[in-house]
Amino acid sequence: MTSTLPGRLSFGALPQFATLAAVLLANWLVFPDFFDLRLQDGRLFGSVIDVLNRGAPVAILALGMTLVIATKGVDLSVGAVMAICGAVAATMAAADYSLVAILAAALAVGALCGLWNGFLVAVLDIQPIIATLILMVTGRGIAQLVTEGQIVTFTHEGLIAVAGSSALGLPMPVVIALVLGLALAALVRLTALGLLIESIGVNRTASTYAGVDSRSVLLATYMISGLTAAVAGVIAASDIRGADANNAGLWLELDAILAVVVGGTSLFGGRFSILLSLVGALVIQAMNTGILLSGYPPELNLIVKAVVIAAILVLQSPAAGRLFGFLRRS
Amino acid sequence: MDNAEPLLLSLRGLTKTFPGVTALDGVDFDLRAGEVHALLGENGAGKSTLIKTLTGVYVRDGGSVHLQGTPIAPADTADAQRLGIGTVYQEVNLLPNLSVAENLFLGREPRRFGLRDARRTEAMARDLLVGYGLDIDVRRALGDCSVAVQQIVAIARAVDLSGKVLILDEPTASLDAGEVVTLFAIVRRLTARGIGVIFVTHFLDQVFALADRATVLRNGRLVGTREIAGSNRLDIVKMMLGRELETETMKRHRRQVVDAPPVVSARGLGRRAYVQPFDLDIRPGEAIGVAGLLGSGRTETAKLLFGIKQADRGALAVGGKPVRISSPRAAAALGFGFCPEDRKTEGIVGDLSVRENIALALQARRGWLRPLGRTESRALADRFIRALDIRTSDAEKPIRLLSGGNQQKALLARWLATEPRFLILDEPTRGIDVGAHAEIIRLIERLCDDGLALMVISSEIEEIVAYADRVVVLRDRSHVRTLEGEAVNVNDIVRAIAAEAVPGAAA
Repeated sequence: MTSTLPGRLSFGALPQFATLAAVLLANWLVFPDFFDLRLQDGRLFGSVIDVLNRGAPVAILALGMTLVIATKGVDLSVGAVMAICGAVAATMAAADYSLVAILAAALAVGALCGLWNGFLVAVLDIQPIIATLILMVTGRGIAQLVTEGQIVTFTHEGLIAVAGSSALGLPMPVVIALVLGLALAALVRLTALGLLIESIGVNRTASTYAGVDSRSVLLATYMISGLTAAVAGVIAASDIRGADANNAGLWLELDAILAVVVGGTSLFGGRFSILLSLVGALVIQAMNTGILLSGYPPELNLIVKAVVIAAILVLQSPAAGRLFGFLRRS
Repeated sequence: MDNAEPLLLSLRGLTKTFPGVTALDGVDFDLRAGEVHALLGENGAGKSTLIKTLTGVYVRDGGSVHLQGTPIAPADTADAQRLGIGTVYQEVNLLPNLSVAENLFLGREPRRFGLRDARRTEAMARDLLVGYGLDIDVRRALGDCSVAVQQIVAIARAVDLSGKVLILDEPTASLDAGEVVTLFAIVRRLTARGIGVIFVTHFLDQVFALADRATVLRNGRLVGTREIAGSNRLDIVKMMLGRELETETMKRHRRQVVDAPPVVSARGLGRRAYVQPFDLDIRPGEAIGVAGLLGSGRTETAKLLFGIKQADRGALAVGGKPVRISSPRAAAALGFGFCPEDRKTEGIVGDLSVRENIALALQARRGWLRPLGRTESRALADRFIRALDIRTSDAEKPIRLLSGGNQQKALLARWLATEPRFLILDEPTRGIDVGAHAEIIRLIERLCDDGLALMVISSEIEEIVAYADRVVVLRDRSHVRTLEGEAVNVNDIVRAIAAEAVPGAAA
């Protein structure tokens, strides 16, 4: 359809991969064992695997966030939706429902949250940042209602396996993120959905006048974002074998937005790349891990992260692009 | 060239290339002191590149610029200003929130004890503007003044700062007839003082009213320079288009429209506080012109028919079947198309490619589950790029980089790709140069001959006369007259637009 992924990668993807390489290199410098892998019980272990595993929830959130941002929107509620869906999954696991029922319920709740956001944005025409702020604020309250104010824990074998098992030598969350990423890329690029999303993001009025069903497309993107948040929420709950309504997914919406932006999708909507958002999520997690491994005092972590992110964004800014263009010419 | 008057500005072999395009190719251009020299050409001919290269916005790649015999190379617009070359753009780029006086002396305010001396600034501003026959309160915020006054203030500032060469880039685009006269009087006063004026415009009338000479560019090359006194309009238009035109306004050879059943038939269709109820029948192969002043309800009629606004009264039938159109999507499904007046905000999807823009309406109609394959949409785009002569380096170029006329053609292509039966064009030639103008009119005629029902809204009455079979005249949001046959002429249309509202006259 629109610039296919390979086409996109050959052109604009260089900064993202260069950034990832630089961050990985920095990690290797502060921690020479960074790239060491070892196979144990048919599963790979090592810092790189840890980066992938820890980064999976944000990567999954970034998938849905990419589409929302491409429509010139933003979804601030994904962290709270994670908490709600995690709470639903944990509560049902504690009550010993089957894994299928748990997953179905969590995904349905996530889709419902997405529909709510989509309704506010697409039908009531509320600005996305405000519309999704509503659920961001109330979501944790809803999650607490689900868990009845308790931190619910469970010993449900099936649900624990969602984050705890492995496939193809990789931790399950990594596999889920990859499969979901590929499925979503296929969904938007093998159908016309990607084109319609980009078209709405660039100019919603013109797209509507051209006969695009902007409302349905917007509803769909927010729903997809709700679904990816549900998946991330189930993984988070499975990981800690419980649900913490207050802390599950806390601030992850910001990491997800950052991942999308580092991946090169503009907050002004339009062209997007799902694959590059995954790279963006990796950059962020590699940095988090790197700061931990480097042994800086933890209070410095956020500052180091902020400086590095600022540097990345400056390098990707249009102004820097002009400067590089100028330097190349002269 | 006679040397009776001294050469103020002399450009020789000016060349400017951008990646993939030669925007200026060895252009020569002279400006004498005290003359108005019109710079003409279609969009993309190189007019604005020439201006920008001259004023230091771009750095030239070749050639020379001499100002009063001295070679110059302005580094930026401020530098050009210091050298004596001032520019006034169509959209005045002064500060609307500051007063007229402050705008005139921005950055060079008279000071007293290190503070800005408001009193003296105002006195100086008044003195300056009297020279332009402008007697206004200079303490007023510039944004509260009419566009014409803003334009004059911008000119006054530019002349005061530079004082040798004044470049006017489409200064009259947003002025009414009376304001244009005022502006021209001021320009003549300036030339009498020996200032050379470069006048960029699309309006040939104004060239003949004001300019001493005209230079025509086409595709970045110099076509020629003519003394206006010895030329006629047709010569100049031919130079701009590079091809022969029979006459400027061609009257379409009308086929007698047979009594085919109407494609679209409205009875008492209207919406409260939007458009008064109207009746309208449009048959296949028929072009309906819609005339009226700005705000008379022309665009509103179009938006009602296309479902952007929903009618709250009356009935609409398409192909004989009663329908209710609730959205553009529903209208498109019925075989309607709509090219809006405001191309930039309602028409093009700027960052997407020409190919995607052309395929958008067809894709929207097919739904997201049935994508047009890349090769399919590529073939579609290439077909229309050829058929409509859309000038773009390739189909993957973002559409916002195309000129207005080519964007308009791409939007037409977007709807033609859906094989519509009824197409609404709102001001299809607005902001488009003469060449693309003629092409679009020819396209309209061709579409009609192919059996499409067309509704064309336009402020250019001559244009409407050229292609319309019938003309609907609107005034104050109601359809007041329909002119047919011999009555479709400029005089009758203008009279209908201007007529006093007579009780009972509204059909």
